Amino acid sequence: MSRIAARFATLKAEGRGALIPFLEAWDPDPATSMEILRGMPAAGADLIEIGCPFTDPMADGPTVQLAGRRALNVGATMVHTLAMVREFRTENNEIPIVLMGYLNPILSYGTARFCTDAAASGVDGLIIVDLPSEEADLMAADAAKNGLDIIRLVAPTTDEARLPLVLAGSSGFVYYVSITGVTGTRTASGAELADAIPRIRKFTDLPIAVGFGVRSPAQAAAAVAAADGAVVASALIDNMVSSLTPEGKAGPDSVRIVLDQVRELAEAVRAVRK
Amino acid sequence: MLNTFGANSLRSGPDARGRFGEFGGRFVAETLMPLILEVEAAYNAAKADPSFQRELDAYLKDYVGRPSPLWFAQRLTKALGGAKVYFKRDELNHTGAHKINSCMGQIILAKRMGKTRIIAETGAGQHGVATATVAALFGLPCTVYMGATDVARQAPNVFRMKLLGAEVKPVTSGASTLKDAMNEALRDWVSNVRDTFYIIGTVAGPHPYPQMVRDFQSVIGEEAKAQMHAVEGRLPDMCVAAIGGGSNAMGLFHPFLDDASVRLVGVEAAGHGLDTLQHAASLSRGRPGVLHGNRTFLLQDEDGQIQEAHSISAGLDYPGIGPEHSWLHDIGRVEYVSATDTEALDAFQLCTRTEGIIPALEPAHALAHVAKIAPAMSPEQIIIMNLCGRGDKDIFTVAEALGVTL
Repeated sequence: MSRIAARFATLKAEGRGALIPFLEAWDPDPATSMEILRGMPAAGADLIEIGCPFTDPMADGPTVQLAGRRALNVGATMVHTLAMVREFRTENNEIPIVLMGYLNPILSYGTARFCTDAAASGVDGLIIVDLPSEEADLMAADAAKNGLDIIRLVAPTTDEARLPLVLAGSSGFVYYVSITGVTGTRTASGAELADAIPRIRKFTDLPIAVGFGVRSPAQAAAAVAAADGAVVASALIDNMVSSLTPEGKAGPDSVRIVLDQVRELAEAVRAVRK
Repeated sequence: MLNTFGANSLRSGPDARGRFGEFGGRFVAETLMPLILEVEAAYNAAKADPSFQRELDAYLKDYVGRPSPLWFAQRLTKALGGAKVYFKRDELNHTGAHKINSCMGQIILAKRMGKTRIIAETGAGQHGVATATVAALFGLPCTVYMGATDVARQAPNVFRMKLLGAEVKPVTSGASTLKDAMNEALRDWVSNVRDTFYIIGTVAGPHPYPQMVRDFQSVIGEEAKAQMHAVEGRLPDMCVAAIGGGSNAMGLFHPFLDDASVRLVGVEAAGHGLDTLQHAASLSRGRPGVLHGNRTFLLQDEDGQIQEAHSISAGLDYPGIGPEHSWLHDIGRVEYVSATDTEALDAFQLCTRTEGIIPALEPAHALAHVAKIAPAMSPEQIIIMNLCGRGDKDIFTVAEALGVTL
């Protein structure tokens, strides 16, 4: 069983949902982001999503855009992101790691070589924002061969006629983009989630995680109450940014402030019994 | 406008997945995907509806001022001393460039789809002005995204857009130029999918945009072909056009793709030179990748990060190119060459002095290539060059480059 399936099975047995915190690789620098990654499991992360920096993140709001730019400014590349995962795996072989990014750096790396190297580094799944179902054959075979889950995005605009197509190539879990918008901007209401999640469940047995616009512990709790997991990204990055020096370098509290927030989110998520 | 070309025609693309060979496609986030499919269905329905073409033709004739003339540039021809050079004068369109051909088609489509808000990206501001113009004409609110760098260097066009009632949003992400404006327009679209139509300015973006914009711009080549036939009784030997994203070139070339005797030449911006890092020559110096919804040649580093383009012409300052050009490059049907900032400036002055026409810096790149190649051709040979925009917007840039203080 893959790490992702195993983790969701365990959570189901425990009767709770998953907290999936996000960090951008190498933001604001390699050492700080590595320390944040290392600390996340103990702080209560159930899965971890790592953003792969890209110059043109067209689905991201200002917070993740700037995170990517900080990372690129200190020289982040796809090779570095994979190396981070490999290093993390020397001390943690259980927690699932999902990479989120855009297609071009993967194409540039070479899809076959990328899937081989990502799997060998300990990556479990891929979320490729600009690879919709219509173009999914580009990666499907290479990902499957290497046991990498392809985690598909489902949006509020994905209607019931389209859902079977989108879900057909999905594995691991389904990522529900809870708003029509970019990351870190608006938040879906509990009522909207209560309407949307059962609609997706009609078509899949995969776990469903909610992302885009989940910021506070209360919102994370609402997300896992309606679905199976909550992805929190921009709120963590915003908090980390508040700890940076005026020059944009990591401050003394940068790691702690993010991990404290992960702990608060985890507490709220764990309080929801399913 | 119905696609009735045979399977062997070079004009039959794209395929059902929006591909020209291996280029094109629909690489967008799932949130946008249903909308892209809706635009495609609406466009196909419009193409099959004669009333759509009738409405478009009426606006093109009486509002845009089509057909644009085909002008025999006699003094320029004499100065170059070789092939006869004709200008397809799309700079005489309302708003001063070819951009409005496609804006008109797209806004009529938006209206048919019941969309109530228009967005666009712009580099030099020509597409932004054309979009703001048709939005004013149709009474729709319009937001134009423009890189902050371009807002600063194209102040007259920013003011024009505002006069036309558009909201101009400066974009400060990335290098604050056209590429970043397009990212921001896509972000707006994701956030306002239900009521908004995105009028893309070039033959790029997710399918069906490359095809749709090409179809709307093909009026340039269709007219030029008929006009050439009327004047010279034959096909030209060569068509030359500048390429940023490539819409004016696609519009001129497409009707000639199956005429094997006609050489088609696209001119990329070589900026400070192809061997510097300051150019916009995606085909000459880029490699295939995915950006802004399509697979095409891109300027990118070894990690697949997109690089900034440079050209003295803001309209050519884009690190990608329309996917159909990538395919035409691959199969060798179109030759792609380049002209530097300096060569374009020289051609700009040559055109102004010999023909009394101030060209935009974009077609000045095409003219720079004509100036290189025409002298070696025989006087019986004929070149059509797409004079796709007028240069009023560029006089400040040119003055600065020539060291003149206005």
